[in-house]
Amino acid sequence: MTAQTSTAHENYYVPEKSKMAVMATIGLVLSVFGAANVMNDMTFGEPGVSSNSKFIMYTGLAVFGATLFAWFRQAIRENLAGMNSAQLKKSYVLGMGWFIFSEVMFFAAFFGALFYVRNLVGPWLAGEGDGGRMNHLLWEGFQFSWPMMQTPQEAVGGAGSQLIANNGTFTSAHKSMAFAEASAWYLWLPLWNTLILLSSSVTVHIAHMGLLDNNRRKFNLWLGLTVFLGVVFVCLQALEYYEAYAHFGLTLNSGIYGSTFFMLTGFHGFHVLMGTFMLAVQLYRSVRGGHFTANDHFGFEGSSWYWHFVDVVWVFLFLFIYIL
Amino acid sequence: MGDHHHGPAKGLSRWLFTTNHKDIGTMYLWFSFAMFLLGGTFAMIIRAELFQPGMQLVEPAFFNQMTTLHGLVMVFGAIMPSFVGLANWLIPMMIGAPDMALPRLNNWSFWILPPAFLLLASTLFMEGGAPAAGWTFYAPLSTTYAGPSVTIFIFCIHILGVSSIMGSINIIATVMNMRAPGMSYMKMPLFVWTWLITAFLLVAVMPVLAGAVTMMLMDVHFGTSFFSAAGGGDPVLFQHIFWFFGHPEVYIIILPAFGVVSQIIPAFSRKPLFGYDSMVYATAAIAFLSFIVWAHHMYTVGMPVAGELFFMYATMLIAVPTGVKVFNWITTMWRGALTFETPMLFCIGFLVLFTIGGFTGLMLSIAPADFQYHDSYFVVAHFHYVMVAGAVFSMTAAVYFWLPKWCGKMYNETMGKTHFWISFIAFNVTFFPQHFVGLAGMPRRIPDYSLQFADFNMMSSIGAFVYGASQLLFLYNVIATIVAGKPVSDDKVWDGAEGLEWTVATPAPYHTFEVPPKIDPAHAHF
Ligand code: HEM
Ligand SMILES: [Cu+2]
Repeated sequence: MTAQTSTAHENYYVPEKSKMAVMATIGLVLSVFGAANVMNDMTFGEPGVSSNSKFIMYTGLAVFGATLFAWFRQAIRENLAGMNSAQLKKSYVLGMGWFIFSEVMFFAAFFGALFYVRNLVGPWLAGEGDGGRMNHLLWEGFQFSWPMMQTPQEAVGGAGSQLIANNGTFTSAHKSMAFAEASAWYLWLPLWNTLILLSSSVTVHIAHMGLLDNNRRKFNLWLGLTVFLGVVFVCLQALEYYEAYAHFGLTLNSGIYGSTFFMLTGFHGFHVLMGTFMLAVQLYRSVRGGHFTANDHFGFEGSSWYWHFVDVVWVFLFLFIYIL
Repeated sequence: MGDHHHGPAKGLSRWLFTTNHKDIGTMYLWFSFAMFLLGGTFAMIIRAELFQPGMQLVEPAFFNQMTTLHGLVMVFGAIMPSFVGLANWLIPMMIGAPDMALPRLNNWSFWILPPAFLLLASTLFMEGGAPAAGWTFYAPLSTTYAGPSVTIFIFCIHILGVSSIMGSINIIATVMNMRAPGMSYMKMPLFVWTWLITAFLLVAVMPVLAGAVTMMLMDVHFGTSFFSAAGGGDPVLFQHIFWFFGHPEVYIIILPAFGVVSQIIPAFSRKPLFGYDSMVYATAAIAFLSFIVWAHHMYTVGMPVAGELFFMYATMLIAVPTGVKVFNWITTMWRGALTFETPMLFCIGFLVLFTIGGFTGLMLSIAPADFQYHDSYFVVAHFHYVMVAGAVFSMTAAVYFWLPKWCGKMYNETMGKTHFWISFIAFNVTFFPQHFVGLAGMPRRIPDYSLQFADFNMMSSIGAFVYGASQLLFLYNVIATIVAGKPVSDDKVWDGAEGLEWTVATPAPYHTFEVPPKIDPAHAHF
């Protein structure tokens, strides 16, 4: 910290006024208001009654997307115009780092739920330990295993014979995503997805080295490869979901196994999609705009951190969702 | 572009498009005060219903909506944004920075708040009414039995989370990156320290809350069974996730208050803060411990005994660093040249009443005893001692203390002191009796009660009405100061005040420290 010079302070760029925040607010609020109403129509609404919720949601998303586009474009232009002092750049670096930390904590909530259910709730529901005393009253006959292939509700003979209120019918899958259930090792998609994502972390690193060597061709090539791997990952994930729904009977309704499986892989997949998009934007900037130099490329570097983060999350997913 | 030297823009666009930390701080402060009045109105309805036993004014379902919205609005709308407002105003000035690190993001963090609370308030008019499962919105009340308003509520929480996370990232980046040369970490004013740690807590736990409400959303609309035992989930899982957020959240609320008190008490004791270093370490220790005590809110849900014991001992440990702080504040006053202006009065009120709240917390932390206290008015008394007499009193002290610097005018001291004494007495009249009715078994969140609780409840209600009314006096005093207060001649305002914010002109110019100040190396800390 002591290295800060006073000139760095004098140049700290404080934008005078900006419409971005208000536009982004309008977009965000319309999006979530619309989305909430779309869901309420779905769950509580009268069938066949049309509402304008979808329209509100899409309008909001459009405004939000356009604002983010304009906002990032402006930030990029300011940097190209040389307005960003080294100190300001450090603010961006810190911002991105702590943002990724917040994402880690978001995933932590879902992993926490997974561990809690697998290690404590499952055995309790099946009658083990002090927590299991209610088993013979509420869930007689329920046996716990992971992946959970029979829900407590099914164990007692369906929603009708269950003693406590609930949100619906939970029908477990007849086939899980575990390795043991794959018909051949090379048909087990998670394995391929792991290979793809791990190598994409390497390719993005090679791209970075290319940039540091001032080798634009190398940068573009390896970054392009990374984006390609990201797209393939998302496609395979989509294929896996299709298989789950169409052939495994594994859905969001399949009890806690389906819930944790889809929420963890789903949020991860969404983050891969975001990361791919971010890297694709950087690729476009490099190819079309010639952006980035060996010592000024935070747009790329931030996106690549995000990419590594998504990769690490996948490693945990692979371990705790698919393997163990 | 980037011309720093002209003043604020004219009209509404100044506020909508601003990137200035002082403007944004002002907006946060006024917004949080508006929410304070809204949440206060809900509280008045609760106390009016509880004025006498029997059903008086409102339907039970509406009563539940009032307790729920009161808690949510006060925690997320009044207390948290008020301290963010304070952080915006003060942190750049205290560390010698020209502004917050990411000014546009700063504006966005603020502007998503008002529409979120507008949405939340609008659920009162929805079919089935507003959310009614309490501010802790436990499943299955908030999932299996949820109405459409819960969906809106979930998205509101998401927006509040986004706002808090962005605001906190901004604060962290500012503190880590924008300090004037020579302002090392161990020289920073304690308010900056407590906010840095608070911001860390926020970035760590708001995403967890987002995870919790997302699971609720999925359970309500998409058939998952996170909180439903029939599908292999567990409603108690919700409580674990919620309190993993919720307990750090109570320290998010109180740490900036600690910071404020640590600035004000030395000023009116005319002595440097006693034990600066230990204050910093105590704050960090509290933050660390706050992650491993959450299940003290859940002693009665049927945890394994090992869990009960672990959480009990860990909770009791928190009393140690908290005690360090209380002793340091008292020692700071010891043999100081004390004067008792309004900010100091509120800080002393804080000290006395927060300590009472800390002691009742210690009582509650004893697991076997908590089986008796849990979900009774004793808990209500505990957390109002720490949140109202703790956070709100210190926030009020902060406004009186820095208002002259912000607007260049002095508030009316007599009115300020009157405000303090009415608040202090009315607060105790309201909440002290709640200890007794709680110990005697009156449950919280129920619109009716047994006859033997009648007298104490009537006292509580009268105290609450007076406390509520006294806040209008505060509002009047602040507005009167801004409009027609006596100008302050001295930049320092208070003769004992220390810190960079007192070295700039009064009222503080629109832009401060565009060139970083020289930090006197001889200064041990600020
Ligand atoms: C010495 C430190 C403290 C200890 C040992 C402590 C302990 C506890 C315990 C054990 C409970 C659960 C009681 C029950 O539900 O049966 C509780 C509730 C609560 N505490 Fe504290 N506490 C402390 C300080 C604080 C502070 C500083 C705040 C906030 C500024 C706070 C806010 C709350 C709130 C809001 C609740 C009630 C939550 C609810 O159920 O609605 N506490 N406290
Ligand atoms: Cu707690």
